[in-house]
Amino acid sequence: MGTFQAQTKPFGSIEVDERQKLLFPAGLLGFEQLREFVLLDAEQAPFYWLQSLEVTDIAFVLIDPRVFRPDYSPALGPEDLAEIGLQRPEEALDFAIVTIPADPSRMTANLQGPVVINKEARIGRQFVSTDTRWQVRHPILQELSAAC
Amino acid sequence: MLILSRKIDERIMIGDQIEISIVDIRGDQVKIGIRAPGHIKVYRQEVYQAIQQENIEAARSAPGVLPSLDKLLDKKPPG
Repeated sequence: MGTFQAQTKPFGSIEVDERQKLLFPAGLLGFEQLREFVLLDAEQAPFYWLQSLEVTDIAFVLIDPRVFRPDYSPALGPEDLAEIGLQRPEEALDFAIVTIPADPSRMTANLQGPVVINKEARIGRQFVSTDTRWQVRHPILQELSAAC
Repeated sequence: MLILSRKIDERIMIGDQIEISIVDIRGDQVKIGIRAPGHIKVYRQEVYQAIQQENIEAARSAPGVLPSLDKLLDKKPPG
C-alpha cells in the first residue's frame, strides 16, 4: 500500500501512508457527513490528530484516555463492537477527543463519547458510553495529577 | 408526531421488539421503562446533544500548536 498527499490543518500538505486512513461510516456526532479521516501522530505525545480528508479545517485532537484514567473502559456491548467489525473489546483502539481552550491547562477529554477504532479494518466510530462515570469534559491535568 | 395518553403501568409497543412502559408519574417528572434489543441504542437526548456540542467545540478550538502536557504539569501545583 502506498502513500498519498493529505491536506492537514496542523501540518499543511503532508505525505501520509494509506494505512493511516480511517473510514467513519457514521461520521462523528455533529459531523455526520464527514467519513474519511487520517490518524496522525501529533508533535506532542500523547496526542494524536484525527484529520478530516474532506474538510481540511476539521481536525480533532485525540488522546488515549488511559494516559490519565488508567481505569477507563468505554463499556461497549458486543453489538457496538460488531458495528466496527470487532468481537472483543481488547481488539479496539480507544481514543477520547480533547477540547483545548485558550488556557491549555484547562483542556478536557470527552470520555462519554469515545472514538473507537478497528485498526485492522481501519474503521472508526464514535460511541456514547453507557457508563455514568464518564462525562463529556474530564479535566486532563487534574486527573493526570491524581493518577500519578 | 403521534401522541398517546397512558396511565401508570400502561405500555406502548414500537414494532414488536421495543416496549415502553410508564413506571411512575410524580409532579412534572415521568419515569419511563424501555425494553429494547441490544442493537437499539437508547439515551437521554441531552447526552447525545452534549457530545455533538463538545465535538463542535473541540474542532473549533483545536490549536495550531499543541501544548506539552509535561510542561503544563510542571507549572501546576500538586493536587
